[in-house]
Amino acid sequence: MLSLKGLKKSFAEPGGGRLPVLDVPEFHLGEAEQAVLLGRSGCGKSTLLHIIAGISTPNAGSVEIDGVNIVKLDEAERDRVRAEKIGYIFQTFNLLTGFTALENVMLGMTFARGKRDEKRAKELLDRVGLAHRLKHKPSTLSVGEQQRVAVARALANRPRLLLADEPTASVDPKHQQQVIDLIRSTCREEGVAIFLVTHAPEVASQFDRVEHLEQFNRVAALA
Amino acid sequence: MSLFKIAWRSIQQRGLASALTGFSMALGVALVVAVLVIHHVVQDAFQRNAGLGYDMIVGAKGGKLQLVLNTVYHLSTPVENIPYSYLKEFTTGAYKDYVGKVVPYCLGDNYEGYRVVATTPEIFENEFYTEDEKYTFAQGRNFKQDKFFEGVVGALAARRLGLKVGDTFRPAHGVMNDGLGHKHDAFTVVGILAPTGTPNDRALFINMEGFYLLENHAKPVPGEPEPTAKAEAKHEDHDHDHNDEHDHHEPLPENKREVTALLVRAKNTTASMFLPNKINEANIAQAVSPIREIRGLFDVIVEPIQWLLLGLTVLIVIVSGIGILVSIYNSMSERRREIGVMRALGARRSTVMSIIMLESVLLSLGGGVVGWLMGRGLIATLSPVIVAQTGVSIGFAPLMSSELFLIPGLICLSALVGYLPAMTAYRTDVARALASSP
Ligand SMILES: Nc1ncnc2c1ncn2[C@@H]1O[C@H](COP(=O)(O)OP(=O)(O)O)[C@@H](O)[C@H]1O
Ligand SMILES: [Mg+2]
Repeated sequence: MLSLKGLKKSFAEPGGGRLPVLDVPEFHLGEAEQAVLLGRSGCGKSTLLHIIAGISTPNAGSVEIDGVNIVKLDEAERDRVRAEKIGYIFQTFNLLTGFTALENVMLGMTFARGKRDEKRAKELLDRVGLAHRLKHKPSTLSVGEQQRVAVARALANRPRLLLADEPTASVDPKHQQQVIDLIRSTCREEGVAIFLVTHAPEVASQFDRVEHLEQFNRVAALA
Repeated sequence: MSLFKIAWRSIQQRGLASALTGFSMALGVALVVAVLVIHHVVQDAFQRNAGLGYDMIVGAKGGKLQLVLNTVYHLSTPVENIPYSYLKEFTTGAYKDYVGKVVPYCLGDNYEGYRVVATTPEIFENEFYTEDEKYTFAQGRNFKQDKFFEGVVGALAARRLGLKVGDTFRPAHGVMNDGLGHKHDAFTVVGILAPTGTPNDRALFINMEGFYLLENHAKPVPGEPEPTAKAEAKHEDHDHDHNDEHDHHEPLPENKREVTALLVRAKNTTASMFLPNKINEANIAQAVSPIREIRGLFDVIVEPIQWLLLGLTVLIVIVSGIGILVSIYNSMSERRREIGVMRALGARRSTVMSIIMLESVLLSLGGGVVGWLMGRGLIATLSPVIVAQTGVSIGFAPLMSSELFLIPGLICLSALVGYLPAMTAYRTDVARALASSP
């Protein structure tokens, strides 16, 4: 469902040179596959997720999602692919502070083409155990609860792929497992592939497929 | 979740700043509306009174506007008089064939600061003071030609002076209530006019025949004795039971009479074009068109002042718009992360841009609507005061076309105001925004 080929990304440096971050000859993720991505800080994990989501564009290579190379699309089309096929969870501050939990989940639907399905939003919040928190603003929710709202929101548009960038790094260890379990089980139920970045070995060890960015990124290999 | 709601939530997020900037916009718009309505009212009041059913005002040569202000608006310093014989030209003489109607005015007296107009009863007979409104009496009746010391009082003057039918008043010489003018004999109020919304509401009307008999009102004629002594002596006889005695007075001989102005209605349209030329060529008096003079006054003084006021209030609106700009723009750095999140959820650049634009439009238009209501509310509250002061009734003035321009105007302003922060949102680098913490 996801395949990367000849992907290259570098950033301009203040001195005028370029900082190479990614050089990925090939990478694939299957339908509903659940993979975890490891790598030391600053090795380009977030950058890779941005490129997969179409938030950043690579300098070279292709990113195919469901057979569509999003690198070739124009920005508006990429935005639509992201809205409809990709769910995204960040480490922190996923939620918009002015909106209730339910509204945050609905927000994802606003930017996709499909209809705004409040019933589904409620079901998802129920699924992540927050049926009683629909009208709560993020500031009144714990970090763990906020991340669970983020999980519900990421799945709101029935995406094909969930990108999660260290989703439990800010959650206390007691609730970390709860969030990971939720992500994995809901994605399994909905047939959504997962590409999850983490630093925690106890999280990584639960996944069947564990990838080290340094191993398939030639920039890291050189460094 | 509509974009509208998202924008509204952001406005709520910045509660205080939004309220303040929205309120300043409301104030600005309220002032604009107030100026527009007042403009409308002033214009309406002046223009609908300018005609009073007459084509021209004839008076001594001199300031045209002054003549109009004196006769129609009961304002300004008094003008010179013209001989009574001249009136004859209109009734029986050279101009007779052109004239539909002529009413003389003798001015120069006041009662407690309210101008006294000495005239003939014809002024209120079958006369229209606007296109379709006739003079009516709230109390009593019109004064009679042969009752020399009768008078009627305009609605506002009556209310202010507390005059009612049966009361008497003594006009004083001069147009101001400076206490210096000699108090004349008393006139009896026989009627109170219903409000007309014209300056006549502020005036008192007396029988010209009585006016002529007042002290100092007869023109001195060389070789003839001063009539005042005689007239005064006569009055003293029945100073205490005068009311029904006045009609026994002898009218003042015509050679001792003067008039201040003649309100002339031409016989027909052709006459209305000829007559002024004839009068002006004869060089005895001048004929002026009240409507033209008032329009001139408007164009030269009133309009520019009102445009200036309008300009200032519009400036306030623009400054409020800048306030909204600053408020939204300041919030942009805090909202970088939120914009990044929305983009990550699939929002397009143009979508986040629209949200910011909508915020600006909502604040401007919301403030504008509140301001419009405030302005109208203000006018409605002041309306009774204005009626009491000027006799001009505003009511709930109909929606003016100039007010309708407020809406597209505000939308344009809010678009301009929203553009800068909206472009910031448009250009947000999502990857960097997501890397930043809020
Ligand atoms: N927008 C950017 N401009 C310049 N350098 C960047 C930018 N984004 C990331 N980098 C650099 O790219 C490298 C990888 O960053 P990142 O993908 O965030 O790493 P990770 O998520 O693995 O910690 C880092 O050295 C970082 O400084
Ligand atoms: Mg990272």
